[in-house]
Amino acid sequence: MADKEFILSQAPHTGTTESVEKIMFAVVYALFPAGIAGVYIFGPRALLLICVCVFTAMATEYVWQKARVKPISVLDGSVIITGLLLAYTLPPNLPLFMAVLGSVVAVSLGKQIFGGLGHNVFNPALVGRAFVQAAFPVAMATWAKPFAWMSGHVDAVSAATPLGLMKFDLKTTAHAKLFFGNIAGSLGETSALALLLGAAWLFYKGYIEWRIPGSFIGSVAVVGGTLWVVNPERYPDPLFSVLAGGLLLGAFFMATDYASSPITPTGKLIFGAGAGSLLVIIRTSGGLAEGVMYAILLMNALTPLINRYTQPRVYGTGEVEST
Amino acid sequence: MTFPNGIRIADRKGATQANPIESGPLPDEIILPLQQHAGAACEPRVQVKDKVLAGQRIAEATAPVSAPIHSPVSGEVTAIERRPHHTGLKLPAIVIRPDGEQTGFDRAKPPLDPDAGDIRRLVSEAGIVGLGGAGFPTGIKLTPPAGARIDDVIINGCECEPYLTADHRIMVEEGPAVVDGLRLIMKCVGAKRGFIAIETNKPNALDLLGGLTARDEQIIVTPVEAKYPQGSEKQLIKSILGREVPSKGLPSMVGALVQNVATAAAVSKAVRWGEPLTSKVLTVSGGGVIRPANIRVLIGTPVRDVLAACGGLSDQTVKLIVGGPMMGAAITDTAAPVVKSTSGVLALTADEIDSTPSVACIKCGRCVEACPMGLMPARMANLIEFGFWDELGGTNLFDCLECGSCAFVCPSRRPLVQYFRLGKYRATRVGK
Repeated sequence: MADKEFILSQAPHTGTTESVEKIMFAVVYALFPAGIAGVYIFGPRALLLICVCVFTAMATEYVWQKARVKPISVLDGSVIITGLLLAYTLPPNLPLFMAVLGSVVAVSLGKQIFGGLGHNVFNPALVGRAFVQAAFPVAMATWAKPFAWMSGHVDAVSAATPLGLMKFDLKTTAHAKLFFGNIAGSLGETSALALLLGAAWLFYKGYIEWRIPGSFIGSVAVVGGTLWVVNPERYPDPLFSVLAGGLLLGAFFMATDYASSPITPTGKLIFGAGAGSLLVIIRTSGGLAEGVMYAILLMNALTPLINRYTQPRVYGTGEVEST
Repeated sequence: MTFPNGIRIADRKGATQANPIESGPLPDEIILPLQQHAGAACEPRVQVKDKVLAGQRIAEATAPVSAPIHSPVSGEVTAIERRPHHTGLKLPAIVIRPDGEQTGFDRAKPPLDPDAGDIRRLVSEAGIVGLGGAGFPTGIKLTPPAGARIDDVIINGCECEPYLTADHRIMVEEGPAVVDGLRLIMKCVGAKRGFIAIETNKPNALDLLGGLTARDEQIIVTPVEAKYPQGSEKQLIKSILGREVPSKGLPSMVGALVQNVATAAAVSKAVRWGEPLTSKVLTVSGGGVIRPANIRVLIGTPVRDVLAACGGLSDQTVKLIVGGPMMGAAITDTAAPVVKSTSGVLALTADEIDSTPSVACIKCGRCVEACPMGLMPARMANLIEFGFWDELGGTNLFDCLECGSCAFVCPSRRPLVQYFRLGKYRATRVGK
């Protein structure tokens, strides 16, 4: 006989106040500086691209969840991140229908088809970008000149990215420009400052784990730096390698996607180091000037294997003392 | 000094850590379940209508791993029947109506200088079991397997569960009994070193016990980090001795023996005074308790009487727990009695518990960082959720302590411990 209806459930009866929403929206807010920088550098067209990507992503997820008769979780923040990240990796003047297609593919083939949140094998935004790159290679290599929008010449003026200049013309770009972002490039990748601000905030809140970004950026600096020491005429200095292209965006916001990266501490280090090494190889020896997308996607594919081989040692197993 | 991983959580002990132990109520009914320990249930040695005295043995251990049960009151046996229990089941119990006199049972005077055999016998006869919650018969624990040598005895004064302060108060108020109990245990198993492990959030206990053992070279009062689950036997052995109990093995395999402080104090009382185990210090706390307290309660007192002695419950109470919030059991029937393994009664309000619905695992890895046993909770829970039983057999599921550290940190609020219990159940019943 119960005096009152008390809740009956299993231990533990208390827990963290963290939630999936809190984590996702923290990342969304951390991405704002890069978005604001992108709009400032590339104009209102960039804002339009961001909105198209985000809303298409949300709509796609809604359709999938409705069709699968699953609870609608479009507002948990994760698909908003996918939309934002996809937009940030695209050339700012990309025709909108291509962005829409990319967003639909990102959410459908990058996330929902695997089972939704937590089940994606690859980074969904990068799956979308890979599709657009393969389907529309010319448009994906057409970059806008920074601040051209201010003088009204938006579509006509294109420019080469610092990585493109380095790879094909062996021309370097000043570190300051790379840091502040008045260079050509993807919408959200150009301003290292904006990205670092967002990442610093995530570190401060404790939402970012240092291992993946640390080993990713660190290995790019080390491998790239080694090449530069050996042949400074041909290879860029490590600071250039770190600041140029999509590395900072990728290292802090894409490689760190939980579901597609290793779950073990050691695994995270291997993941980052592998991605960094692959990135340098692709940039220097591959056909493309930029390789962050493929470096991350390739390491995503290796993640289950990495998880299996970096399992922590269980207490009481392995080398154990006994009397 | 600590072990790898684990979690740092708010200890919520402010309400009771300075409250001296009070005497508990004399209830209208004492309900003594025949199983209050790990091992086989006892058999009653009394019948309905028998009169019993306080301290009289009323149920006998009939199997090797068991412990006798004594009546905490003088009175009359009114029933031997199934009664509500904190597990939610109705279990066989001896029900006694106290006569209020508390007439004591005459006990034989114990020897003044007991040897190892005396100690073991007196502890077993007193019905002492591990009072930290596991309820393992202490007499058996003090009889290590043949060939095992115990070098180190650790008295566990960690009390890492939030809210609970009973062990803390025992250390502060019954320090000499705790130390004497440790010495007796060391003598019984032939150990050379004794440790009293106390979390750093109990400085007065550290000072007091440190003072009591200052001139004893064999006993070291050891501060350990206030982290959950520091009071777990395996983690404590790792923290203090640097050794790991082998998987599926016992602490005796690494020359260690761990006992709770309350058990140590009970050992001292049993060996020196012949006192059987008939009462337990509990913490009654939580936002829903009108007057939180540390209270020495007669074993068999219904939970409702314990709560009434602390001013009753407020309307804000939504959950009642026997034990701590990390590993304790939720109950709905307050007729359930306090038993030997009960360490606390918590009345929690809505903002003290977590009832967020769970979502999919996002593979963030926080659980892997938290697990003190080095397991991968997310992987095991996902295998159980989707029915990959063969693969589950390849994990170390049975090394899981069910401590709840993983479930505590999970942002998806997944019921991880519940998955592991399901997995273990299926593995033992159905086989691999």
